Amino acid sequence: MTPRTEKLEPPSDDKRWRIVQATMQRNGFERDGLIETLHTVQESFGFLDDDSLRYVAASLNAPLSQVYGVSTFYHLFSLKPAGKHTCVVCLGTACYIKGIPLLLKEIENEFGIKAGQTTPDGQLSLMTARCLGSCGLAPVAVFDGQIDGKVNVHEAMARLKALQEGDNA
Amino acid sequence: MLERLEEIAATEQLFAEEFAHTVNVCMAAGCMSSQSGLIKEAFDKEIERGGVERRCRVRGTGCMGLCAAGPLVTVDSQTPDEVLYQQVKVEDVPDIINALEGQPVKRLQCSIDIPFFKRQKKIVLENSGIIDPERIEEYIARDGYSALLRAITEMSPSDVIDEIVASGLRGRGGGGYPTGLKWTTVAKSDGEVKYVICNADEGDPGAFMDRSVLESDPHRILEGMAIAGYAIGASQGYVYVRGEYPLAVARLKTAIRQARRSNMLGSGIGGTPFNFHVDIRLGAGAFVCGEETALIASIEGKRGQPRPRPPYPAEYGLWGCPTLINNVETLASVAPIVRNGGEWYAQYGTATSKGTKVFALAGGIRNTGLIEVPMGTSLRDIIYDIGGGISAMGECKAIQTGGPSGGCIPAAYLDTLVDYESLAALGSIMGSGGMIVMDESTSMVDVARYFMEFCMTESCGRCVPCRVGTVHMYNILDKFSRHEGTQDDLVLLEKLCDMVRNTSLCGLGQTAPNPVLSTLRYFRSEYMDCMIPEPDGAEIINETLEVAQ
Repeated sequence: MTPRTEKLEPPSDDKRWRIVQATMQRNGFERDGLIETLHTVQESFGFLDDDSLRYVAASLNAPLSQVYGVSTFYHLFSLKPAGKHTCVVCLGTACYIKGIPLLLKEIENEFGIKAGQTTPDGQLSLMTARCLGSCGLAPVAVFDGQIDGKVNVHEAMARLKALQEGDNA
Repeated sequence: MLERLEEIAATEQLFAEEFAHTVNVCMAAGCMSSQSGLIKEAFDKEIERGGVERRCRVRGTGCMGLCAAGPLVTVDSQTPDEVLYQQVKVEDVPDIINALEGQPVKRLQCSIDIPFFKRQKKIVLENSGIIDPERIEEYIARDGYSALLRAITEMSPSDVIDEIVASGLRGRGGGGYPTGLKWTTVAKSDGEVKYVICNADEGDPGAFMDRSVLESDPHRILEGMAIAGYAIGASQGYVYVRGEYPLAVARLKTAIRQARRSNMLGSGIGGTPFNFHVDIRLGAGAFVCGEETALIASIEGKRGQPRPRPPYPAEYGLWGCPTLINNVETLASVAPIVRNGGEWYAQYGTATSKGTKVFALAGGIRNTGLIEVPMGTSLRDIIYDIGGGISAMGECKAIQTGGPSGGCIPAAYLDTLVDYESLAALGSIMGSGGMIVMDESTSMVDVARYFMEFCMTESCGRCVPCRVGTVHMYNILDKFSRHEGTQDDLVLLEKLCDMVRNTSLCGLGQTAPNPVLSTLRYFRSEYMDCMIPEPDGAEIINETLEVAQ
């Protein structure tokens, strides 16, 4: 199949689609630019929704099944919007033997969510990472994009509660 | 062209000499997470405030190695007056500046005269923590790109391959396949178009060597790739980096842009007819993409699932073209080998494993961080001398190498000299270089379960033994960790290990049983302790059952 040469009309007039189009154009609207494109969509919109998957599939002339397959195969892609705050807990070996499972359990109990879920009020998403590569600082967690090393359960819980309350106040 | 490099190096030297002092702040991921960015800003402000801009400069450098003591700052590194400061805080900045002319600040000083620094041999990491990774000039000032220029102007592609063969370099991604042989195969493969891929999909939990090299010395990877491209006849390269490493990606992008501008990448490199372009491809969080055929599928924009080999990528790789895939550390060793000759490199290491190896020390060890030692250094030296010993009270129980594909080496084998063969003989593997030290508080059954959970989740689902086998093995291990294991479970577990190991499609499945097998081999009693106490006579029944089978 030959790649398209002209741009397709995006699902909405949101300006962020231009960034997505630019990525596809840079890869010549070839199908092998699919992962790059999905990265751009996720960076721009936070997650991949049905409309964006359909749009990317049509633009790259790729079957929707391939686009859906790729976006569910890779862990970094999310088909659901994240909560207002995020907490990523590292499950690497060093963090594991330094007690990160305890923190994970504590957060799950306190906020009533499992890893990969968001609280019903959309405030906090709890995620896990395979290894953040900061093993020298184990155990490691990331709060709203800010990486924190040598975390202890007590401090981490206080921090999460502060994040939550900061918004309510 | 070589003259131009020398000119850049000389200008850089002159520039450096304008300053009486240089303050280096570690800006690699480890120290950045302990706010080294703020510390660098504080230095900039303090120097401006004190009006000493002309006399002192501040640079952000790559990883200095001793991540446990971060944020790290060095003053006048590479000189006899070098001072290393550890756990620096923003408040400490004025004191450090004031001490430039006099005695170092004692309370922050970390001796550089300790085994951690003294016993290392740095080849791959020779620029790490010394140069600013975001300036090509500093790389060039330390002989950067001279190996590439030498290769393309004075050597034939087969000369380059000969040097790599003579060096005895083996794949640092884990397998240990001889690099020279791989290059020879790709060079001989028929095909107009060939590709070089740098595998920077460092997925092993507990390993951060590749990340550090990419963040601390990105040009070295580009130079290695370009030399490889010249040797095998490729003009396009891809770096496949984990999406989880944003800083590494950003520095690599900067490096590619600078190298293009300096004509060290692109068309007609250094005025010769040799062209070589490099693009970055981002991974998206799939461990299996470290496997070469899965990685190729991912670069092609597909799900990262492996395919049966042969044909190997050396003959049929990216888009069906002959493709050379090397790991970051392997490619980082290429430029020094070409610069100093294969024989120089082969003087380090053991009979079968030449050169040096970078290890990421983590877990229950005092000096967590990044080290580079000659192959053949003993585990004891690495853990107790360089690593400073065990951090908590207690003894070293085991060392985990090779991540989910590796095994746990018990403390009784601490005197083993590290190379590919010796670790394999112990039921582990060299792997990419993660070394996790476990003390007596760690349960080995739990460790085996942890790695099986990893393999179970990361199995791509393409072949049945791995997809189904890992789930069953995990369930059994989970039973043991709840102290509900039985003798039958143990028998079944060992059978599953054998089956998954021998029938899986790719390395992920084939090596998934390793952590179980090695813990069963050395810590079988811990499994026994996790069993339901059997009533008298049950053991006899089990034995009869086995005979019947």
